[in-house]
Amino acid sequence: MFDWKWDFVWEILPRLLVATGNTLLAAGAGYAIALVLGLVFALAQRTPYRALTFVVREFVEFIRSTPLLLQIFFVFYVGPQFGLRLSPWTSGMIAIGLHYACYLSEVYRGGIESVPRGQWEAATALNMTITQKYRRVIIPQAIPTALSGMGNYLVGILKDTPMLSVIGVAELIHVANSIGSEHYRFLEPITMVGIIFLAISLPAAGLIRLFEGRVRRKLGL
Amino acid sequence: MIIFDFLAQYWPRLLSGTGVTIAQFFLAAVLGIAISLAMGLMKLSQNRILRGAAITYIEIFRGTSLLVQLYWIFFVLPLFGVSIDKFTAGYVAVGMNIGAYGAELVRGGILSVPRGQWEAALAINMSPARRMWRIILPQALVNMLPPWGNLMIELLKGTALVSLISVADLMFQAKQINGSTFLSAQVFGTALVIYYILARFLVTPFMRWLERAMARKLGKV
Repeated sequence: MFDWKWDFVWEILPRLLVATGNTLLAAGAGYAIALVLGLVFALAQRTPYRALTFVVREFVEFIRSTPLLLQIFFVFYVGPQFGLRLSPWTSGMIAIGLHYACYLSEVYRGGIESVPRGQWEAATALNMTITQKYRRVIIPQAIPTALSGMGNYLVGILKDTPMLSVIGVAELIHVANSIGSEHYRFLEPITMVGIIFLAISLPAAGLIRLFEGRVRRKLGL
Repeated sequence: MIIFDFLAQYWPRLLSGTGVTIAQFFLAAVLGIAISLAMGLMKLSQNRILRGAAITYIEIFRGTSLLVQLYWIFFVLPLFGVSIDKFTAGYVAVGMNIGAYGAELVRGGILSVPRGQWEAALAINMSPARRMWRIILPQALVNMLPPWGNLMIELLKGTALVSLISVADLMFQAKQINGSTFLSAQVFGTALVIYYILARFLVTPFMRWLERAMARKLGKV
C-alpha cells in the first residue's frame, strides 16, 4: 500500500518505544502534579476568605480558557527573562500540571458539592474538626462523583503531552519529527505515533471504567 | 520595555494573528458541527456499516491527539496525492477533531428526547427524515447546547496548534515576535489575554445567548 516500508518501521520502532516511555512519564508526572494542585485550588475556593476564593476562581477560569500550547511557551520563555532558567521537562511539567490542575479542581468541586448538606451537619454534630470532616466524611463520598471526570482527564493529559514537543521534550511527536526530518519520511513515524496513541488510550479508557466500577462497589454504591 | 510601548509597536501583527485565529475558529466550528451531526446520526443508525464507520471515526479522533492528527493531515496526506495548503489543513484537522467529540454530544442529545416525541411524530405519519429534522433535532439541540459551550472553548484553544504548521495565527505571531525581541512576558502575556477575551467575552456569552434563544423558541422559558 502506497510506499509504506515495513523495514523502516522496524528500524525506527526502538526509538519510538523509548519516546513512548517519555510520553507516559510526562503524562504521569503532570497528572500527579495536577491531582495535588487541583485539590489545593478546589479547597481554596471553599475557604471563607472571599478575596482568595475570587482570585483562585478567576485564575482557574483564565487557565481553562487559554491554550495549553501558549502556556507552555509562557512558562518556558518568561523564566529566563527574569534570570530563572527552567529545563524543558521542568517547565513542561509546570505548564501541563497547572493546566490540568485547573480542570481537576472543577471536577473535585463538583464532587464535593454533590455531597448532601446533611453530611456536613452530621459531621459538625459529631464535633469533628474541619480536617476530620473532609478526610473522614466528605472526600470519601465526593470521590465516586469525581472519578469519571478524573479518568477522562488522565486520558486527556496523555493526549496533550505532544504539545511538550515544542519546547524540546523528547516525547513521541518530537522523536517522530526528528526521524521524519532525518530520513525525509514522515508517513511511517507519524502514522506509528497515531497507532501508539490509540494502543494506549483505548485500553486506558477501558481500564479506567473498570477501576471506577470497582471503587464504586468498594464504597458500597 | 513597558507594555504600552510594546503594544504600540506590535499591535498590527497581533491583530492580524487574532484575525487568522478567528477565521480558523469559524471554519473549524462549521466543519466540526457538520461532522458532529453526521457522525452522531450515523452512530444511532440501524445500519451496521454506517454505525461501524461512525464508531471508527470517533474512536480514532478521540483516541489520538489533535497534534498528531494535524501533522498527519499536513505531512502524510500529500504522500497520498491529496495536497492541501496549511491554512486548510489547520482548520480541517481542528474541525475533524472537534467533530468526534461533538458527535457524542449529538448522540446524547438525541437520546435525551423523550420516547413519546418519537411516537407522536410517527403517529402523525411523518417520514423518518422529517421526524428527525422537525421534532427530534430541535429538542436535542436545546439539551446539548450547554456542553457545546465548553466544546467551543476547546475548539478555540485547539486552533493555537495550527501555528505549528506555520499558519500565521495569534500563537504563531506571538512566537515570531518572541523570537525576534525576547520580550517573552509581554508578548505571551498579551496573547494569553487576547485568547482569554475571545473565550470569556465572545464565545461564552454567544453560547449562553444561543441557549436562551433556543429555549425560548421551544417555549421552555
